[in-house]
Amino acid sequence: MTTDIVSLDNTILKHEPVEKPMTPGQLIWRRFRKHRMAVLGIIGFGLLLLFIIIGSVLISEKDANEVDLQARLSPPSAIHWMGTDSTGRDIFARIIHGGQISLIVGTLAVLLSVGLGTTIGGLAAYYGGWVDSILMRFTEAMLSIPSLFLLIVLGKLFGRDVDTFTIFGSTFSGSVAIVILVIGITSWMFLARIVRANVLSLKEMDYISVAKSLGSSDMRIFFRHLIPNTMGAIIVSTTLGLAGAILSEAYVSFLGLGVQPPTASWGNMLTSAQSFIQKGSWWMWVFPSVFIVFTILCVNLIGDGLRDAFDPRSSRHL
Amino acid sequence: MWTYIARRAIQASFTLLIITVLCFILTRFGSADPMAQYANNPNMSAADKEALRERLGLNAPLPVQYFKWLGLALQGDLGISFFSKQPVGEMIAQRLPNTVILMFTTEIVTVSIALLLGIISAVKQYSATDNVITAFSFIGFSMPIFFSALGLMLIFAVKFKEWGLPYMPTGADVWDKKDPLEYIQHMVLPVSALVIVQVAGYARFVRSSLLEVLGLDYIRTARAKGLTSRVVLFKHALRNAALPLVTIVGLDIPFLLGGAIVTESVFAWPGMGRLFWEYAQRGDFPVVLGVLLIISTAVVIFTIITDVLYTLVDPRIQFT
Repeated sequence: MTTDIVSLDNTILKHEPVEKPMTPGQLIWRRFRKHRMAVLGIIGFGLLLLFIIIGSVLISEKDANEVDLQARLSPPSAIHWMGTDSTGRDIFARIIHGGQISLIVGTLAVLLSVGLGTTIGGLAAYYGGWVDSILMRFTEAMLSIPSLFLLIVLGKLFGRDVDTFTIFGSTFSGSVAIVILVIGITSWMFLARIVRANVLSLKEMDYISVAKSLGSSDMRIFFRHLIPNTMGAIIVSTTLGLAGAILSEAYVSFLGLGVQPPTASWGNMLTSAQSFIQKGSWWMWVFPSVFIVFTILCVNLIGDGLRDAFDPRSSRHL
Repeated sequence: MWTYIARRAIQASFTLLIITVLCFILTRFGSADPMAQYANNPNMSAADKEALRERLGLNAPLPVQYFKWLGLALQGDLGISFFSKQPVGEMIAQRLPNTVILMFTTEIVTVSIALLLGIISAVKQYSATDNVITAFSFIGFSMPIFFSALGLMLIFAVKFKEWGLPYMPTGADVWDKKDPLEYIQHMVLPVSALVIVQVAGYARFVRSSLLEVLGLDYIRTARAKGLTSRVVLFKHALRNAALPLVTIVGLDIPFLLGGAIVTESVFAWPGMGRLFWEYAQRGDFPVVLGVLLIISTAVVIFTIITDVLYTLVDPRIQFT
C-alpha cells in the first residue's frame, strides 16, 4: 500500500517543477495548433499561395491577357485547362494572375483599414470628450450605410480617370490602387470600435498612470503601452478583415467598378461570366468562384482559430 | 423606457445628420456631370446649357446646395432624377415594395432553415450530421452572393432548359409584375440565392447559442425533474437560445433592404438595389442620394427598434 503512494508521489514530483511557464506567445501558438480547422486553413492558404507564385513564374502576365478570338468561349481542354473567356483569354492563366491581384488588393486594403481603425478607435478612447463624440458619431454614420453602397459611391468618386503605374517591374492598372483605397476606407469601423473599447478599459489601469507620472508622452503611452495590449483583437480582425477585403474586391470588380481589364482579378473575371452564363459557359463562372470561395474559407478558418487562441478564457484543448 | 428611446432618438438624429453630409459630399463629387448628356446636343447653345445648370441648382455654392436638398428632403421631396425626369420619391416608392417582399421572404425562409439546422447540430453535437452542417455553413459563410446567384441560374434556368426539364425564369425575360403566380416564380431563384449565403451564419449562431444554454443549471434541473428531452429543448432551452436571434435579424433587415444590389441585378429583380445600381452608373445623384438616405435611415431606426425590443423580451437587461 505505502509503496504505491510513494511511487505516485514520485511521478507527480518529477513532472511538476520541470515545466517552465509558457510565454503568452507560446500559449497562443499552442492553442492555435490544437485547432484542427485552423491548421487546415493554413495548409489550404499555403497551397494557394504556392500555386499562384509558381504559376506566375511559369506563365507570364502577357499570356494571361492575350486575346485569341479564334478560341473564344472554348470549354476546358488540353490546351486551355479551364477554358477561355469571351475574348479567348486563357482562364487558367487569368486565375493565377487574377489571384495575385486579388490577394495584393486584399492585403493592402486590410492594412489600410487596420491603420485607420486602430488610429481612430485609439484616439477616440484616449482623448475622450468631444474628440470621442465626433469620431464615434462619424464611425456610426459610416456603419449605417451598407458597405456595398459605400463601395459603389466611392468607386464612382475615385474611379474616373486613372493612369497605369509600375511597381516591381510589373504594370498595374490604376484601378488597382483605387480599389485598395476604397475598400480600406470603407472597412475600418468595426475595428475602431473594438480598439476603442479595449483602450477605454486599459487606460484606467495602474501601469498607465505609472507611465504617465514617469513623464511618458501621449505618443509613447499610446504606441508603447496601449496598442500592444490590444494586439490580439487587431490581429484577429486583420485576418477576418482580409477575407472581407477579398470579398469586397470581388464584389466591386464583379459590378465593373473595381479592377479594370485587361488586368485580371477574380471578381472582374465573373463580370463577363454573367452575360455568357445564359449561353451555358459554365467554366467562366465555376473556376474564379471556386477560387474565391476557397481562399475566403481558408482565411476565415485561420481567423477563427486565431480568435480562439487569443481569447484567454478559452482553455479548451489544453 | 421612454427617456431611453428619446435619448437614442436624439443621438440617432445627429448620426443621420452626419450621414446626410457624408452622402451628399460623396455623391455630389462622385457623380458624373449631369450636363454631360447634353454635351453633344446640337440643339442646345452654351447659353441654354448655362440656363439649365442654373435651373438645376448646379451653380450655387455646395453648402447652399446641401441645405436646399436637406430642407426639401425633410419635407419628403427628394428631388427629380436627371435622367428619367421623374420625382425620386415616386421612383423609390415604386421599387421599395418589391425589395421588401424579396427581403422578408428571404428572412423568414432563412430563419426557419437556420433554426432547424442549428437545433439538429446542437442536439447532436460532434455527430456526423453536425460536422456536415458545420462544414457546409463554413462554405456558405465564405460564399459571395454572385456565386450562389450565378450557380443557381446556370443549373435551374440554363441547364434545366437544355435538358428539357421544367426550368426557372431568369428575370431576363419580359414578365407581368402584377400576376402573382409569375411574381412568385421569378422570386424563387433570388430568394434561394440569398438564403444559401445567409443561412450559414444564422445556423452557426443558433447552434452556439443553444449549446451555451443547454449547459446551464436550469436545464439540468428541468431534466432532473423528469421532463422529456423534447419539452426541455423546446420549452426551456430554445426560448432563451433564440433571444439573441432578435438582434441579428433586426440588424440584418435594413442591410438586406439595400444589400441585394448584386442579387437584384443578376436576376433583374425590379427592386431598390437595382435602382441604385442603375442610376449610380449614370451618375444620377438625386436618385443615388435618395436611396442612400432611405436605407441609412432604415438602418438607424431598426438599430433602435432592435435594442428596445431586445430589452423588452429579455427581462435581465435594463434600459440604461
